[in-house]
Amino acid sequence: MIKIEVRYFATLRIDGKKKETLEVQEDTSVKTLLDQIGVSLEDVAILLVNGIRTPPENKLKDGDTVSLFPPVGGG
Amino acid sequence: MFGYTGKILRVNLTEGTFKTEALDHEMAKKFIGGRGLGTKMMMDEVDPKVDPLSPENKLFVVTGPMTGNPVATGGRYMVVTKSPLSNTIASSNSGGKWGAELKFAGWDIIAFEGKSAEPVYLSIEDDKVELLSAADLWGTTVSSTTKKLQEKHADGSKVLTIGPGGENLSHIAAIMNDEDRAAGRSGVGAVMGSKNLKAIVVKGSGKPDVPDQDRVKELNKKQLAKIKENGVTGEGLPTYGTAVLVNILNELGSLPTNNFLESQFAEADETSGETLADKYLTKRTACYRCPIGCGRYVKVGDWEGGGPEYETLWSFGADCGISDMESIIMANHWCNEMGIDTISAGATIAAAIELHQKGYIKDDELDGLKLEFGNGTDITEWVKRMGYAQGLGAKMAEGSYRLADGYGVPEFSMTVKKLEMPAYDPRGIMGIGLNYATSNRGGCHVRGYTISPEVLGLPEQLDRFDTKTKPTWVKIFQDLTASIDSLGVCLFTSFALGADDYADMYNVIAGTEFTGSDILAIGDRIYNIEKQFNLLAGVTSAEDTLPKRLLEDPISEGPSKGWVNKLDEMLGEYYKERGWGEDGIPTEAKLKELGL
Repeated sequence: MIKIEVRYFATLRIDGKKKETLEVQEDTSVKTLLDQIGVSLEDVAILLVNGIRTPPENKLKDGDTVSLFPPVGGG
Repeated sequence: MFGYTGKILRVNLTEGTFKTEALDHEMAKKFIGGRGLGTKMMMDEVDPKVDPLSPENKLFVVTGPMTGNPVATGGRYMVVTKSPLSNTIASSNSGGKWGAELKFAGWDIIAFEGKSAEPVYLSIEDDKVELLSAADLWGTTVSSTTKKLQEKHADGSKVLTIGPGGENLSHIAAIMNDEDRAAGRSGVGAVMGSKNLKAIVVKGSGKPDVPDQDRVKELNKKQLAKIKENGVTGEGLPTYGTAVLVNILNELGSLPTNNFLESQFAEADETSGETLADKYLTKRTACYRCPIGCGRYVKVGDWEGGGPEYETLWSFGADCGISDMESIIMANHWCNEMGIDTISAGATIAAAIELHQKGYIKDDELDGLKLEFGNGTDITEWVKRMGYAQGLGAKMAEGSYRLADGYGVPEFSMTVKKLEMPAYDPRGIMGIGLNYATSNRGGCHVRGYTISPEVLGLPEQLDRFDTKTKPTWVKIFQDLTASIDSLGVCLFTSFALGADDYADMYNVIAGTEFTGSDILAIGDRIYNIEKQFNLLAGVTSAEDTLPKRLLEDPISEGPSKGWVNKLDEMLGEYYKERGWGEDGIPTEAKLKELGL
């Protein structure tokens, strides 16, 4: 098992939950993680792993931080 | 030609006289309005070498053809003059409702020249135009001036004014309208103050005519749908305002912190859009005909008013290492009251903190106030002292470059062409660094907002560290932005609309027949005439660069660790994209192609 920190932002913060640490199987992809936490890829506009834009099929490794943002912007 | 009123009001403040001039429609088609037309008038009428605070400088308040017309966000105006901060062309844009009201009164442009012997304000009620004494307004805050003028003048009058910052010639002074909207950047408020012009109150009873009502309805149906369906303009900005960017930039490790000494702020979430919405937001606000409504109204204790934008949450927050949201909200409010630019004010405090930390600013200059990273106790007091030009605040009111240079260390100023850079660390986002370096008004994000593709993935996702594709993107964004700023609509529409949509807008409202390519070509023309103005003003392409810290000191921690901005890999290519020489100067052939 590996430990992953998931951070939620903007409308993806449900009931005020900002982040959580989860234990998942090794070789879990980002997409699978999202399925497990009940977040639809369609609702995620910016997906970062350790601060870097990452395709959802990429595999996670122990200690990774996943940051999830809906479509947002500004200036 | 539709879209315009066809009238320019020329005000000679020295003589106290007025003249009505006809708009040159052929010129309008070449430069559209707003930023473009204002710059063309500056070029034609003012020596670029002029002292920006002398009577010989002029100040143009310019609407666009969309201003006051029935299109999404069609309410913006532009202030064009020579900047006392950067010595470049200045064009500062603002929303609210004032710009549309000027159009309703029947004017496209107000051209101010000379200097009044005594403080005055301009009153416009359709064709009735007067210069009136501002003796009892001089020295008062923006909200106080606004209220007094609204009580005195016709119901529904809209007020544009400077605060004490502009009166005291702060180089970072803004021009405010509708109390909390700002033509904020480049020190345009000081130019107004130098002319002893306190305010412009306007009331209009007219309504612009359009060529074909059915085409307008069809246009709005299509464009409002695009704006509503877009995730950013339809949901992100309405829900959280611009402030939602705090956490995004922090997660990328590109949120400048402690005067760009670091790039990630441990307490960013406390200063974020999410926290603002959860704890302080009372309502959303919107500018004229805006379907997005990104403005925030917030409450702290008994006070309620306009809330901070992303840039302000950063400048007084992460850039000063401050996580106390209430201090940041009140610092923003007092910038509005003083009429000073929130980006430059916060960033100048950040530079002052570093100067103090490193022993350049001595304790005895602080007058007992706190000036340290992470301590928000006295930031509001520093803002007031900048506005009223008191003590160290008077030095800070000149902006961070002149402040740091005064202590012999200009490299502590995080500026390009002496204009404070905003809230994106270009070491972690290459294209925005190229945009800062080549922006004609200096360190500014809204001259070519490549954060859109580099961070937000719009219209497509780019690798933020890549340098190869950025010169092309920066040029396109800069050109499109120049046209949007000239049309009189909000740049935020560009999250959902493209060049073809802006051509449609112009064609339907003004009766022109432009394509998206034409819109980009006009933007290119505007960009080049701005550059020409700067070169003639003595601001050379040697200033197309970034502070040494961003080119030489790698980010020390976080997701962007190890990166500096690789400007040298992009700048030459950018000049080629622009059709300029290797020296960064527009070639004769390019100028001829653009009809300049």
